[in-house]
Amino acid sequence: MANLIAVLAAVLCLFMGVVVVSAKNPMHGVIALVANFVGLGVLFLLLHAEFLAVIEVIVYAGAVMVLFLFVVALLMAGTRSPQEARSKTLPGQVALAIAVVGVFAALVVFALAVHTVLAAPPPPTTSFGSISNFGTALFTTYLLPFELTALVLLAAVIGVVFLARER
Amino acid sequence: MTLPTVDFLLVSALLFAIGAVGVLVRKNPLIMFMAIELMWNAVNLSLVAFARQFGAVSGHIFVFVVVVAAAAEVAIGLIIIVLVFRHRDRPDVDTLNAMKG
Amino acid sequence: MGLAIGIDVGKALVVIIFLQAAFGYLTLIERKLLGRFQLRPGPNRVGPFGLLQPLADGVKLLFKEEIIPAGVDRFVFLVAPMLSLLGALMAFAVIPFGAPVQIFGRTVPLQVAGPSLSLLYVFAVASLGVYGIVLGGWSSQNKYGLLGGLRSSAQIISYELAMGLSVIGVLLAAGSANLNQIVSAQTREWFVFPQIVGFIVYFICAIAETNRAPFDLPEAEQELVAGYHTEYTGMKFAMFFMAEYINMITVSALATTLFLGGWHGPAFLPSYLWFLIKVAIFLFVFVWLRATLPRLRYDRLMAFGWKILLPVALLNAIGTAAWVALVHP
Repeated sequence: MANLIAVLAAVLCLFMGVVVVSAKNPMHGVIALVANFVGLGVLFLLLHAEFLAVIEVIVYAGAVMVLFLFVVALLMAGTRSPQEARSKTLPGQVALAIAVVGVFAALVVFALAVHTVLAAPPPPTTSFGSISNFGTALFTTYLLPFELTALVLLAAVIGVVFLARER
Repeated sequence: MTLPTVDFLLVSALLFAIGAVGVLVRKNPLIMFMAIELMWNAVNLSLVAFARQFGAVSGHIFVFVVVVAAAAEVAIGLIIIVLVFRHRDRPDVDTLNAMKG
Repeated sequence: MGLAIGIDVGKALVVIIFLQAAFGYLTLIERKLLGRFQLRPGPNRVGPFGLLQPLADGVKLLFKEEIIPAGVDRFVFLVAPMLSLLGALMAFAVIPFGAPVQIFGRTVPLQVAGPSLSLLYVFAVASLGVYGIVLGGWSSQNKYGLLGGLRSSAQIISYELAMGLSVIGVLLAAGSANLNQIVSAQTREWFVFPQIVGFIVYFICAIAETNRAPFDLPEAEQELVAGYHTEYTGMKFAMFFMAEYINMITVSALATTLFLGGWHGPAFLPSYLWFLIKVAIFLFVFVWLRATLPRLRYDRLMAFGWKILLPVALLNAIGTAAWVALVHP
């Protein structure tokens, strides 16, 4: 059962990823990316990271992608999303991409061929990935990174307000 | 029985590759940005998989930080895209060839 | 195993069918009440007291011509209302609507599913519901639709923040994000009394989240025709309509669960009836507010959400945290 769900979620993720990068209309890309995040949320659940699965859906699918949706709707309103022309400033762009991905794929295959098989992990304790376990770690051992993320968000807020102010 | 970690890593690698192709090939800044999000999340998946493999909650903290950083990055990135392409007829990064706005 | 799955599927079906029926009669009750508020009888022609009115409406919507405007993005246009309805139905899955009952000698909890993070699940699904509205508005190729969709996305993500913060108080007081444990934490005292600030903020945000008057800016008919569903007809329009009313039921049910002790009540009525009564009170208030208050201006709405509700909810969360840490062991 878990196997079947994992395979379905993984296929959904990969398919939607392909749809994102091949979308002619950015709006279709946004929808596919949301579906991709939901699939990733399922994979996170299967990996016993329930809090992160919910965070993935709430923050990414629920907030970040709505922002994307907003901008796409504003920017693309009225444009007919023309076919992208071949790049003039970066000739051989596609060939370059194929080469990079080829190298990357070779690396992955190589890694899979030589890897020492990781022992199947023991079934984690029930509290692993739970909200209390995560919170305890976040507010004790990892307090400094947590405070720094708050600083990052503050910087982002100030930056956006500065850029978006009326001149 | 538990699902093997390697399979999740493979999915993660494939997602990362798809995202990388998107950034390299596409020229619509919005799609490129979405491809970058795809790559972030491929990394998140491998972090979560490793966290389960080693029973380490630090992997989860890492993902949390990545999600926060990505949210901040999206906010800043999108406002830049809006400001740059407000007065251009089509969103194409190739038209950005001057240093003045 | 087979019986367990059968019971789960059965519960899901019962909840879905019940929500559809509740939607139908909610529209009738709303029209009746609005009629009373405006000193007129309301619908009373179809069946005794107009009781068959929802059926007549349903038949009418089924047989309406389905119009798809020229030049729309067909896929997005068709998927948007489905997404909206799906989000509304899925959110109800984790809400416990009664004390566990005995069926075939096994104890069956009266909820479709009870994951440990069920409160966060409701928020996750609710945050996906906005896509139906925005995509519907965008794909209609209609400026009123687009404006309505964009307004609603801005409104929903703004009020979602205050809503999330307002329930943190409950989360802290109950010490769990599981709705069942939140209900059982209220056996002695309902959270509405210690969490009165959180409750008020939650309810205001719930009205804004469901796009109901006085926060129905996305479909303000004087300025936007009908907002995001201007171009929708027939069953596709009905799906948006259903999603709005089922969302109303869901936020009321969540308010009941979080603040009014869920299905707890004196023993002379069964638990699910107590739950229904409490939800019905919330739904009545929804209609009452619609009949009473004029619509807010858009900038006032945003300012209210960001400058008043969000700080108040934040203070409430901090205050509750201090109380839990200092007074409560």
